[in-house]
Amino acid sequence: MEQKGPALQEPLSSQGGGSAVIDMENMDDTSGSSFEDMGELHQRLREEEVDADAAAAEEEDGEFLGMKGFKGQLSRQVADQMWQAGKRQASRAFSLYANIDILRPYFDVEPAQVRSRLLESMIPIKMVNFPQKIAGELYGPLMLVFTLVAILLHGMKTSDTIIREGTLMGTAIGTCFGYWLGVSSFIYFLAYLCNAQITMLQMLALLGYGLFGHCIVLFITYNIHLHALFYLFWLLLGGLSTLRMVAVLVSRTVGPTQRLLLCGTLAALHMLFLLYLHFAYHKVVEGILDTLEGPNIPPMQRVPRDIPAALPAARLPATVLNATAKAVAVTLQSH
Amino acid sequence: MAEAAESPGDPGTASPRPLFAGLSDISISQDIPVEGEITIPMRSRIREFDSSTLNESVQNTIMRDLKAVGKKFMHVLYPRKSNTLLRDWDLWGPLILCVTLALMLQRGSVDSEKDGGPQFAEVFVIVWFGAVTITLNSKLLGGNISFFQSLCVLGYCILPLTVAMLVCRLVLLAEPGPINFMVRLFVVIVMFAWSIIASTAFLADSQPPNRKALAVYPVFLFYFVISWMILTFTP
Repeated sequence: MEQKGPALQEPLSSQGGGSAVIDMENMDDTSGSSFEDMGELHQRLREEEVDADAAAAEEEDGEFLGMKGFKGQLSRQVADQMWQAGKRQASRAFSLYANIDILRPYFDVEPAQVRSRLLESMIPIKMVNFPQKIAGELYGPLMLVFTLVAILLHGMKTSDTIIREGTLMGTAIGTCFGYWLGVSSFIYFLAYLCNAQITMLQMLALLGYGLFGHCIVLFITYNIHLHALFYLFWLLLGGLSTLRMVAVLVSRTVGPTQRLLLCGTLAALHMLFLLYLHFAYHKVVEGILDTLEGPNIPPMQRVPRDIPAALPAARLPATVLNATAKAVAVTLQSH
Repeated sequence: MAEAAESPGDPGTASPRPLFAGLSDISISQDIPVEGEITIPMRSRIREFDSSTLNESVQNTIMRDLKAVGKKFMHVLYPRKSNTLLRDWDLWGPLILCVTLALMLQRGSVDSEKDGGPQFAEVFVIVWFGAVTITLNSKLLGGNISFFQSLCVLGYCILPLTVAMLVCRLVLLAEPGPINFMVRLFVVIVMFAWSIIASTAFLADSQPPNRKALAVYPVFLFYFVISWMILTFTP
């Protein structure tokens, strides 16, 4: 088991500095490989032993006991080989499990730390002359992405989005994970071009915590459908979390053009993602409100996406409304 | 296989006779009566134990497994700190519950032909991959629970939500309205809380004491997603 030591110590030692680069290439040194090699060696030696003994025993017993002795030998050998094969499979599976330990240092957090990082992700820091510290952990970002998936699922169900080629859950997971991993990689690539001092892990953590603002905004506005409220939250909470990420990136980049490129791209993508998430999934409820209010059409009327603008709202097909929306409609009608 | 394990331990390595001469007698003892000396007398007892579970009737095996599953259901419905789910874990119960839930959550062909299929696969995938993710998360946080034990506990604690699904389906047979919705909401919330309490009772001891909240939050999300699917289901 001593081979696992160096593989684990590397991330711990490089986590000491604030902006140290964690070298991910060395993580693949299959720490169980020498363990496996010993296993193979042992197994080969034993097989040779068994073969030699069995050959000697066979000659002796074959003539003494006839077919029955031979069958006994064969069945025992087959059992032996199956045992060895099973042991080899198990040791391979075990070394696969051991590779999960590579992620273990990134989950080494306390609840108080997670809470403070969540709150800090909404507070932009003005100090841009000194590289700001980014916590390189993956628990918070991963949980935030899953929370966003759950909130998105809630929004999609409420607006009764019908996905033809796929499932609701698949779309929600694909959107959220795709954004987190894809935009992180893209910004990391841009940071590489712009000579910014940030590692992939730090970028994942930064963007992950930046989704906290999105979670709050979507949680509130998927339930309270007021446009003004959404735009206010979009600017306020979305803007705060974007400013925080931008400030961190600016503090780690040198040169005005590079700063502008990097931070402009991140800000645009982050804000547009929130806009997209909100408007993609709540249009049907608006259609119901229009139907109920009749001639008193609110001034900021949005046209639903899939239905042509020429159709009056009363002609919405009944299957598009689900029971929750109908319940809401009934409740609103009774007021 | 007992013979294979015994052979390296055979102390008679100094004798000129090959090691396996005596063992070949024993390997055929079931077919013809033994002739010559029986070198290892303990063998017959092990053989008897093996054949008692291999040769029993299928009904016995199934009833034994069903009783074990039923006992664990009782432990989930009345959760107290016990090790039964962890000690003898099995995945039959979670499979039965998951398939029942997935079958009941099928929408039929109301909207389009495609809606029946994805509902089943969706629920199945959510339950199993959600459980795997939570297990990996709790292991990475430093928990000392094994992979399958955690899957077993999370799967069994879906039982209250399956009961909620049954109740919701019965309630939906009545006329729809806000009262209908309120009743279903209440039932689902109660069962959701029950699931979380049950799974926390079993899983909490395996986590380091100051990180219980970190391990419980994904369980909360997991059961929240399942509860939401149950609540928004309309036939």
